[in-house]
Amino acid sequence: MSDFIQTAASRSIDNAVQDHLIPAEAPWSGIVRKGQTIRIEDSYGQQAIDTLFYRADDFTERYSNQDTMRAQGAAYIGVGTRIMSNEGNVMLVMSADSCGRHDTSAGACSCESNTVRFGHGTKYLHACRDNFLLEVAKHGMSKRDIVPNINFFMNVPIKPNGEMTIVDGISSPGDYVELVAEMDVLCVISNCPQINNPCNGFDPTPIRVLIWDAAPAVGA
Amino acid sequence: MKHTRRSPQEIAVNRQRYEEHQKKGLEFAPKALPAPSPMPAPPVDPATVIHAEEVPGGWYWSTLLRRGEAIRIDQGEGRSTVALVAWNANDTSERLNLVDTAKVQWTTALGKGRVIFSDMGRVMFSLTEDSSGAHDCLMGGSTAATNAVKYPGTSTRNTRDNLILLAGKLGLTRRDIPAILNLFAPVRIDDAGAFQLRGKLSNSGDYAELRAEMDMIVGFSNCPHPLDPDPIYQPKPITITRFRAAAPAADDLARTATAEAVRGFENNALMLA
Repeated sequence: MSDFIQTAASRSIDNAVQDHLIPAEAPWSGIVRKGQTIRIEDSYGQQAIDTLFYRADDFTERYSNQDTMRAQGAAYIGVGTRIMSNEGNVMLVMSADSCGRHDTSAGACSCESNTVRFGHGTKYLHACRDNFLLEVAKHGMSKRDIVPNINFFMNVPIKPNGEMTIVDGISSPGDYVELVAEMDVLCVISNCPQINNPCNGFDPTPIRVLIWDAAPAVGA
Repeated sequence: MKHTRRSPQEIAVNRQRYEEHQKKGLEFAPKALPAPSPMPAPPVDPATVIHAEEVPGGWYWSTLLRRGEAIRIDQGEGRSTVALVAWNANDTSERLNLVDTAKVQWTTALGKGRVIFSDMGRVMFSLTEDSSGAHDCLMGGSTAATNAVKYPGTSTRNTRDNLILLAGKLGLTRRDIPAILNLFAPVRIDDAGAFQLRGKLSNSGDYAELRAEMDMIVGFSNCPHPLDPDPIYQPKPITITRFRAAAPAADDLARTATAEAVRGFENNALMLA
């Protein structure tokens, strides 16, 4: 009888080290360690997921949309995109994407910008800026620390003439992205509550976040 | 997870309102905006000038700029890209916000007649004159690392370090440095999202004027754009003139060109009340 050789299980829901169900319109934050993989799942489809990253041991180093776009010479986030910090360091790398279109040029909604975009009557609606403020405050940060973010699953084409508009999301229920952390990071999410444009199909829905440890090296 | 979906009727009402805003934003405003400002730049009336600063290639400068004042940025002999940052002088947590600026105005193409927003839904600047129509709000500035790749073996200055210095001397830190606007950088995006320079970097003699719509601290860095094709590091001096602007007329272009700008100025008025 030959020896049984155990092999590393591939990633599945069952062997995730963290599994978070995030209600519609709610914020979330958590630490992703170097080597871990975070999956962000658009469970119902057409849901923008506003996301920021901070270096876990020094929050003044954080996601930079301009460094990320400049480093890859292109505007949209996709597989292979290196998520860059304001110090030009790679924070995470996007390793999987079942959707194909993610924005980092259009920022997060706020009560204040809603008044400008959609009229003063939309001021008193919950917004990503408020989610971000509540969540970063838990970590000792303030509005000064909220920078232009990534909008996973938000479809914001920019035309050669500069025209920019938020159009219907192309994500289907269960679409996901995965990112491998290159440093320990704090991930801060606002599950976007916007109902004044198509970024959430005018109907914000719950999302799911899963984290896996790095697979052990073969033969280890 | 239990979740109640919104009704089709509610969704339809919100979609209809969005599409009305979108139609106005995409179709009306570009037609209402004028051609770029003529060259050469007319002189600034010396009686209105508060200060004129020549900023050498590779360097930075900042200034107080009060509401109703303006800055003229003269590019001089050309090939200079000028990175712009700004903070509300009374609350530096309110700052330049380019993602809102683009999103709110339905365009990344900022030119004469457009406005530049803070993160608080208020207008910081009106772009009252602009000969180039070529500004980049997406790519950011140079860093020590990008310069080391581009200009190997050369001692250079870069925009990231300039902004650390500029902010540091104001009592601010890297937490406070917003994403930057690159003036005089004709970056366009192709259908795949890739950045390209549209034509040559810029024309000698290009200029822009920005009127302050709140009291601000404004900062500048004068370094080559990351896409500058020149393999030699040789940024040229620029001149920044701070002056008292004419009071805006009732039909002022930047204040009336779009519904979004009108609402932004309504937010400014509340802050100033």
